[in-house]
Amino acid sequence: MIVADRKPLAEILDMIKDMDKILIIGCKGCVTVCNVGGAKEVGILASVLKIARKKDGRPLHVDERTLERQCDPEYIEQVKDVVDEYDGVISMACGVGPQFLSQAYPNQRFFPAVNTTFYGGAVQHGIWEERCAGCGQCVIHYFGGMCPIARCSKSLLNGPCGGSAGGKCEISKDVDCIWDMIVRKKMAEGRLEDLMDVKPAKSWDTARDGGPRRAVREELVQ
Amino acid sequence: MRLSYPSNIKVIQVPCSGRVDILHLLKAIEDGADGVYIAGCLEGECHFLTGNLKARRRVNYVKKVLEELGMEPGRVEMFNLSAGEGPRFVEIAKEMTERIRALGPSPLRMDEAA
Repeated sequence: MIVADRKPLAEILDMIKDMDKILIIGCKGCVTVCNVGGAKEVGILASVLKIARKKDGRPLHVDERTLERQCDPEYIEQVKDVVDEYDGVISMACGVGPQFLSQAYPNQRFFPAVNTTFYGGAVQHGIWEERCAGCGQCVIHYFGGMCPIARCSKSLLNGPCGGSAGGKCEISKDVDCIWDMIVRKKMAEGRLEDLMDVKPAKSWDTARDGGPRRAVREELVQ
Repeated sequence: MRLSYPSNIKVIQVPCSGRVDILHLLKAIEDGADGVYIAGCLEGECHFLTGNLKARRRVNYVKKVLEELGMEPGRVEMFNLSAGEGPRFVEIAKEMTERIRALGPSPLRMDEAA
């Protein structure tokens, strides 16, 4: 899923400082699963913003909506009757949400309440880790099911660097050296020779380096 | 025991302190409560195993929010005591009342206070 973090309250309050009536729109997709932008978090943010503004003597009217997803026009359309009634709209979806909303409703202003951080998963309740870098050319099967693009600080494809010590990466003691894990797994499997294949420099054409990406599935296009 | 506790405290019963949500605490503050506290069971004694530990984490979350908003985090608190400790319940009620009295009324009710 796409993982995000809520922006600091001061930043959100600054976005809406001139407004008296706002709408907060959550998303039932990834940001609900990573507990940052679903119906629950929309409710919490609404309450917190109301507290902050009431404290400053300028009460804020906040309405709440949570859409099935904010990355499909059919769901974005569901707010068409109300969206222009507000001084501004806060989206709690990943970076896709406020962009789809802005495009659909050019007369309204949309503000992101979260910072979109990475593609990852929950390693335990309340802790998420990066697993994919969206490079457009998956190679995890060469590395025991672990991605050195996303999980090695240098995205190395041919073994660890000199910064690997005690299974940890030199950037932080909290970061595992993925190459340490790959080599250990291959040793345990008795397949260490798999790693003798030298991987040539990766083409980044399919990653962001090739410019904004687009996927077309012709059998679905109407 | 017929113990009495400060009359300004409004008790809301829940089946377990784990039922208390972040939003319950925030809504109380939003509606002008000067302070909110949860009286949960002793840690390790939760009938549902972790209800009181979850409540404590939620209280800590709201404390952080209040701090971010420039309000006193001491306006929300978590206390642990057993259901048999009536005198301790009274003690906590008095302690919290005194703390809130020292902090003054909620800044959300400043208009009323003036």
